[in-house]
Amino acid sequence: MNATENERRQTAQGIWQRLRDVLITPLVRGVARLFSSEPGARPVEPASTGDSGIDSLPAVFLAAAVLDPLYIFDRNAEILYANEAADRAFGPVATGASLRLKFRAPEMHALVNTAAAGSEEPVAINYAERVPVERAYRVVASRIGNDTGLFVLLFKDQSEARRIDRMRADFIANASHELRTPLASIAGFIETLRGPARDDAVARENFLQIMHNQTQRMARLIDDLLSLSRLEMKPYLKPGGQVDIARLVEGVIEAMRHLAGESGVVIESAFPAKPILVAGNPDELVQVFENLLENACKYGGSGGRVLVSAEQASPLDEVRLTVRDFGPGIAEEHIPRITERFYRVDVETSRAQKGTGLGLSIVKHILTRHDARLSVKSKPGKGAAFTVHFPPVPPAVQSSGQ
Amino acid sequence: MQTQHTMRSFDDELKYLADQIAAMGGYAERMVAESIEALIQSNAGLARKVVADDVFLDEKEREIGERSVIIIGKRQPVADDLREIVGAIRISSDLERIGDLGKNIAKRVVAVTEGRQPMRLFRGLEALAGLALTQLKEVLDIYASRSIERIGFVRDRDEEIDAMYTSLFRELLTYMMEDPRNITACTHLLFCAKNIERIGDHATNIAETVHHIVTGRQMPLERPKEDESHKIVAAPEG
Repeated sequence: MNATENERRQTAQGIWQRLRDVLITPLVRGVARLFSSEPGARPVEPASTGDSGIDSLPAVFLAAAVLDPLYIFDRNAEILYANEAADRAFGPVATGASLRLKFRAPEMHALVNTAAAGSEEPVAINYAERVPVERAYRVVASRIGNDTGLFVLLFKDQSEARRIDRMRADFIANASHELRTPLASIAGFIETLRGPARDDAVARENFLQIMHNQTQRMARLIDDLLSLSRLEMKPYLKPGGQVDIARLVEGVIEAMRHLAGESGVVIESAFPAKPILVAGNPDELVQVFENLLENACKYGGSGGRVLVSAEQASPLDEVRLTVRDFGPGIAEEHIPRITERFYRVDVETSRAQKGTGLGLSIVKHILTRHDARLSVKSKPGKGAAFTVHFPPVPPAVQSSGQ
Repeated sequence: MQTQHTMRSFDDELKYLADQIAAMGGYAERMVAESIEALIQSNAGLARKVVADDVFLDEKEREIGERSVIIIGKRQPVADDLREIVGAIRISSDLERIGDLGKNIAKRVVAVTEGRQPMRLFRGLEALAGLALTQLKEVLDIYASRSIERIGFVRDRDEEIDAMYTSLFRELLTYMMEDPRNITACTHLLFCAKNIERIGDHATNIAETVHHIVTGRQMPLERPKEDESHKIVAAPEG
């Protein structure tokens, strides 16, 4: 028993180390680099004299060149200017809108009030947003010049550091729990192979097969966890490019035909001929539809067919992509929760289908980054429909491709 | 933003009201987030802080109420100005209620976490709270930006919250049936879940008020009720 315990611990340590090498170390380095450069720590340098044109440099040019979110506001905390990074991070604001309405956290109010009251020294706080995506900033407010009545509010993204902490905690909690079951099973079989089943060729073959399956499951689990962690590590930036989502999904369907055939499923699609544009990152969106189609084939395979359709009523309406299966469906009490990590509707089926319990979490995560959402409709016995809703791409942006 | 008034100070008064709502919103958002955090990490200190924070919301609600009455009496506002002020009164009372619900969750922290509870009890609650907090943030953002195009999503999410609450109800019931020692914690968690669901409802109320402030019309009356926990019984499912 003690030997098994030791072995188990060693295997676990090995995995942990591998993870640390491929995952944590590069991340920590990345963050270290981020902090060493310290861009924009002091946005407003006193104008130096000279003939370089610096004296007549308009403040807005300077503010626009800053890559961190930046607001300029007046004594009444009205926003006079927001740079592009600010619009991207916190959404566009109207000129003259109140900074206090935009950032409501008590500590932000205190910061803005202190600055607007004429504090000579820059004041700084840590500011965190929890929803929809966890973000953390170091925020500095300082006055501009001596008596301009203008102030600058500068955000420095520290989400990475925060996310690493959080990820480590989550990872240990989730991974240790999920890896323990296959590990225990492997350890058990090793013990049997050494003892009672030492000379039984049939049992040995059988056990080795099971152990093989378990190690594969652990490998898949780690792949999915890494994939999820990588997504969580990405800074909160909406993907910039544009994708013809209908063609992208057609590509995914082509790639999945093989797997569908294995489960005895026919994938049918109904797409309009003209392109349907959404803003997004093609690789990530491929992952979304791979997961949805894979689920439809695995869990709804008994229906024999899967229907994928796309619709957009008008260019100003949201784009909807639906993956519909005709299998057993999902009971209504499970629907709100299936995107939670490791939430399984039916543990046995999920294990049998080699599920890791992370597929839909990955889907949800990617969609949140895309400002899109997932809705699920299902009745037991009637199959399930997973619909992805993308916000429309404003026509003005459509041609420029951003 | 409103058109400028001849009396500059009237604008200032309205702006002051909106700022106070923003301050209340910030406190309410944080109280809810921190009460859940305290619950999950069994952090009694944080729970006490949440309970103490509630005083701020109570005071602010009273202040907004009094100021609004003074403004109405002094300025005799009509149309959108009047809607703005009456809306502020209504929103402040919704926010004050949200604070109370957060406080109530915080008060249960000690009872729930007496004796370490398994993580799985909290996972669903955390997800539910995430939904409600997103809802609250979105609604307050809409109040700030007056961009009511997104208001439809608020109702969608309210449905989602209700469905999630129903599912959570069932789950907690299962835990209680599994092991009677779970009953104390799960009962408190049921109340917490209900509180969070109510927070979602108050957020939806605020959305409706904002819609009225901006457009002058009521939001169409279709509020499907998805909370079906009243139908759930403890009998094992067939």
